[in-house]
Amino acid sequence: MANNQNNLGQRLALGLAWFSIGLGLAQILAPRRMAQTVGMKKSKSNTLMRMLGAREITSGIGILTQRKTSKWLLARVAGDAMDLAILGSAFSSKRSDRNRVIAATAAVAGVSALDLYCSRQLSRNGSDTKKIQVRKSITIGRSPEDLYEFWRHFDRLPVIMNHLVSVEPIGHDRWHWVAKAPAGKTVEWDAELIEDDPNELIAWRSLKGSQVDNAGVIQFERAPAGRGTIVHVELEYSPPAGMIGAKIAKLFHVAPEQQIGIDLRRFKQLMETGEIARTEGQSAGRATSTSKKYDDYVRA
Amino acid sequence: MKAACWFGKFDVRVETVPDPEILNPRDAIVKISSTAVCGSDLHLYDGFIPTMEKGDILGHEFMGEIVEVGSGVKTLRVGDRVVVPFPISCGNCFFCKKGLFSCCENSNPNATLAEKMWGHSPCGIFGYSHLLGGYAGGQAEYARVPFADVGPIKIESNLDDEQVLFLSDIFPTGYMAAENCNIQPGDTVAVWGCGPVGQFAIKSCFMLGAERVIAIDRFPERLQMARQESGAETLNYEESDISEALAELTGGRGPDACIDAVGMEAHHGHGIVHAYDRVKQTMMLETDRPIALREALMACRNGGTVSVPGVYGGLADKIPIGSIMNKGLTIRSGQTHVQRYMRPLLERIERGDIDPSYVITHRMPLEEASKAYEMFAKKQDECIKVVLKPEH
Repeated sequence: MANNQNNLGQRLALGLAWFSIGLGLAQILAPRRMAQTVGMKKSKSNTLMRMLGAREITSGIGILTQRKTSKWLLARVAGDAMDLAILGSAFSSKRSDRNRVIAATAAVAGVSALDLYCSRQLSRNGSDTKKIQVRKSITIGRSPEDLYEFWRHFDRLPVIMNHLVSVEPIGHDRWHWVAKAPAGKTVEWDAELIEDDPNELIAWRSLKGSQVDNAGVIQFERAPAGRGTIVHVELEYSPPAGMIGAKIAKLFHVAPEQQIGIDLRRFKQLMETGEIARTEGQSAGRATSTSKKYDDYVRA
Repeated sequence: MKAACWFGKFDVRVETVPDPEILNPRDAIVKISSTAVCGSDLHLYDGFIPTMEKGDILGHEFMGEIVEVGSGVKTLRVGDRVVVPFPISCGNCFFCKKGLFSCCENSNPNATLAEKMWGHSPCGIFGYSHLLGGYAGGQAEYARVPFADVGPIKIESNLDDEQVLFLSDIFPTGYMAAENCNIQPGDTVAVWGCGPVGQFAIKSCFMLGAERVIAIDRFPERLQMARQESGAETLNYEESDISEALAELTGGRGPDACIDAVGMEAHHGHGIVHAYDRVKQTMMLETDRPIALREALMACRNGGTVSVPGVYGGLADKIPIGSIMNKGLTIRSGQTHVQRYMRPLLERIERGDIDPSYVITHRMPLEEASKAYEMFAKKQDECIKVVLKPEH
């Protein structure tokens, strides 16, 4: 998904991260020199300078190590605003060197604009969008053949996936999927088989223009010493046009990576024990769940 | 039917609820003839186990008669008399096939929750919080038993309920605790906690060849039971310094194995240490009070084994890891793999090696469950074990 513009954003972010760390180190190690450079004279500013240094390093490391780069870049923007405010107060202070303060303010304002641009670029494109990608693995005590056979019939998936209403074959290796949405509504899409290696791998993808753009792949890997099959699943959901990403997440009762974990466990339960462990419909001394966390349905 | 339901800390009520129904092919419905309150139920009663819901039916020690079976149950018939093990285990997964039934991968519908807390989920357990499946328990007139073709054991001899009821949990739990000690001829085992599990652990240590067992508690009636029924030597921690006494009793070397049959709500310990744990527990900085465990780890001899049947739920502080490492200790623990022990222990009961009913001090109708909990929790009337009888 990464396009050229996004690559530029990434490289810029990397540059800004190292700039942050370098500046931060300088502020911590040589606070007085830094204060002089930007035209602040009071020795009292040493502590302030060191604190600013710590902040710079934090946001730099944040950009380098976190996946949500754009958020950390916004933290840099906030930091820049703080610097500008401090420089502003230095400007009005009699002890400061006005020319130097003006130069430093211009420099910070420039960097700030760069931060803002970079953050915007990243959140508009590719890696930092609301696209949801999840991977999960589980070991199931059945052969790859048995597991492939089950999954290849997509119409069986609602048995293990609570959020699906139905998956109907519509011919030409295509299926019509219906999933539950909030407020008793449903979302629907058509998907096609895009890869099929018997007993090894199945991949599918929604057709262009679907309400929910999504794709999935499941792999079956024989586990050693008769331990069954290691199943890997990867799913990807992209936010459809005109629908904010958060709504996609609401298709699931829980976070998507947790949901696929639950689905895979139910797959395992069904394949190993012939049934899915449940408590819905059992007796309890309450009419409905008091916390809304467990027991969708009990009898009281 | 009537069922003992949890409504909050120190609040157990007997409510009228619908009879259970078969929900899955491998389910059975048991009409309960006897059920018991377990020491571990007190952790629920005292509010130390999270994820309980108002109205949850309690109880994981029960037996009775099969009144209905699902289409997938071929090993049991209506009318069979069974004891039900507390772990719900599928019998098909990697762990069940290894005999590690309490590690079953398929029986906890809320495994995600347990994974968050412990990394991986154990099996589901009857009436023991939603973290462990949220299954309705057996302090009731009837119970739904999932995977009924794996768990329940048929009782075909004419032994009384009270002689076999404890195959559901505490006898196997005490036995596994002793087995985990890898007892060798001449060994001395120290057992912290002389509640029912402690009593069966002591008895089992002797069954497995221990030379001596030293039982530790503060209640005279419990220490007396350990002496009289099993021939243990006893120490009252309110009267003597346990580490000194154990060193003295074992020729300075320390017990070959130690069993913590106390768990997360230990009451003793030095004033300051106890206060430390209480404060941290109250502030949610620590969930468990590992006083007995700390003491067991420190007392155990070099290269010895510390076996932990006592229930812990979350996090504990000031665990002497240096003692574990430098002395080369082995720690063994786990929810009991009850299914593994039911058959051989039933045979021991049938042979007359042991009559587990000796731990029972109180028998009450199910309707008085609330009173039973209070009495057991407060150790009133020298209460050690309560059996509840539903009046059908």
